[in-house]
Amino acid sequence: MSKTIRVIPRLDIKGPNVVKGIHLEGLRVMGKPVDFAKYYYETGADELMFMDVVASLYERNSLHDIISETARQIFIPLTVGGGLRTLEDIKMVLRAGADKVCINTAAIKDPNIISEAALRFGSSTIVVAIEAVKQSNGQYLAYTDNGREHTGVEVLEWAKRVNQLGAGEIVITSVDREGTGDGFDIDLVKRISEMVSIPVIAHGGAGSKEHVYDVIHRANCDAVSVASMLHYDYLMKHDTSAASQSEGNVEFLKSKRAFHNFKTATLGDLKNYLIEKGISCRPPHE
Amino acid sequence: MNKLTVIIDYQLGNLFSVKQACDRVGLNAIISSDKSDILKADALILPGVGAFAEAMTNFKKLDLIEPLKESVKAGKPLFGVCLGQQLLFTESEEFGSSKGLDLIPGVIKKFPAYSGANNLIKVPQIGWNHIYRKNVEWRETPLENVKENAYVYFVHSYYVEPANTQNILTQTNYSGIEYCSAVTNNKNIFATQFHPEKSGQLGLGIYKKWAELFNLVNNGK
Repeated sequence: MSKTIRVIPRLDIKGPNVVKGIHLEGLRVMGKPVDFAKYYYETGADELMFMDVVASLYERNSLHDIISETARQIFIPLTVGGGLRTLEDIKMVLRAGADKVCINTAAIKDPNIISEAALRFGSSTIVVAIEAVKQSNGQYLAYTDNGREHTGVEVLEWAKRVNQLGAGEIVITSVDREGTGDGFDIDLVKRISEMVSIPVIAHGGAGSKEHVYDVIHRANCDAVSVASMLHYDYLMKHDTSAASQSEGNVEFLKSKRAFHNFKTATLGDLKNYLIEKGISCRPPHE
Repeated sequence: MNKLTVIIDYQLGNLFSVKQACDRVGLNAIISSDKSDILKADALILPGVGAFAEAMTNFKKLDLIEPLKESVKAGKPLFGVCLGQQLLFTESEEFGSSKGLDLIPGVIKKFPAYSGANNLIKVPQIGWNHIYRKNVEWRETPLENVKENAYVYFVHSYYVEPANTQNILTQTNYSGIEYCSAVTNNKNIFATQFHPEKSGQLGLGIYKKWAELFNLVNNGK
């Protein structure tokens, strides 16, 4: 009995904009979160994930209006992360309309927040993000603050602990692959997926439909998180000049340069391809 | 004037998304934990995510058990979602044994534990899965317009096991375990393990059909 895989578009958000970086750095402005969210909802996303990528740096928490505006228009689960430090922060994001929250830095600093949050809001509401950076000796270490801060925590041990503390899911990001379009780190995802008893979402590296198939087929993950290959497809088809130009690198957006390392696809293309290859997933137009 | 639907707030779970779905299909819905609202409501929605025992404790504290049971026994339409479905049953095996509202006979069970890479059943089940018919027809139920084997969204570690098969409206298979994923008393109770408010347009259609079946929205509004 094959499990049903989820495809989760991930929107990295900075201020009012969707942005995209490489290795979680060098952010480029893409457009407005609500426009992307609605488009992905309508074209077959199984869930959506919003990550406030600078919140954790400046202790900023300005997502609430974007969450509420989005939650009124999409009827699939929305996970929100970035800069959530306390149970109170989590409560505010859930109250704004998120269905789940994603924590990383706060959990590393004090792992007890995982069990406290699971107890208070339900395990399935608490997603823990693990940002893994491969070391020269082959070991993976967990980072925080979008791959900037080294923690010295070993990733596999940390994943096991996160599981025991009562998290509902794990998002495993390969920082090395993130934004590159070079494909997922299959070995990393597989080791974590097969070790923990909770669902694992693979993130970082999707550059083509084949990459997505590959990680599902070979790494036993439960969901895949995809950004650039979908965003770039959307950008090439839509006028996003309405995007706020007050922040970020808008030159890139104006130029609509080719995204040479990505074989872009719509969600429909991607899911139909997965279904053709025998992967069980919800069809894009149901 | 539209009839009043009360979304029962017992301090567990995300009521926001249920309210959004109600608004979208034209229901006049309010969120309340006040028993006078429950008594005056024309219809009730019992949502919820979280622990069974804690939910029942909150119900007792808020003094909602009797008003809710009386309303439902008097024929008021009730729509249960996720934990709100489980609470309608007799008891749960979660943390020993806890008594439920006992409006539908049956028990709550947990998915078996994960036992390594050869048994990849992940708990909680989080994601989309099929619903299909057992014994009960979907005609004249909120699922009337739903196709057999449609995908809906689930988040849960426990599932219901009704004592009577005539209560089983849908079944779902999760990694080889076949379980009941929606129930009816064939009268005023309809409840789902899945989240229609998170199941896209199809799920909104379930809310819409429920509203129509019980005449909760004025046509042409």
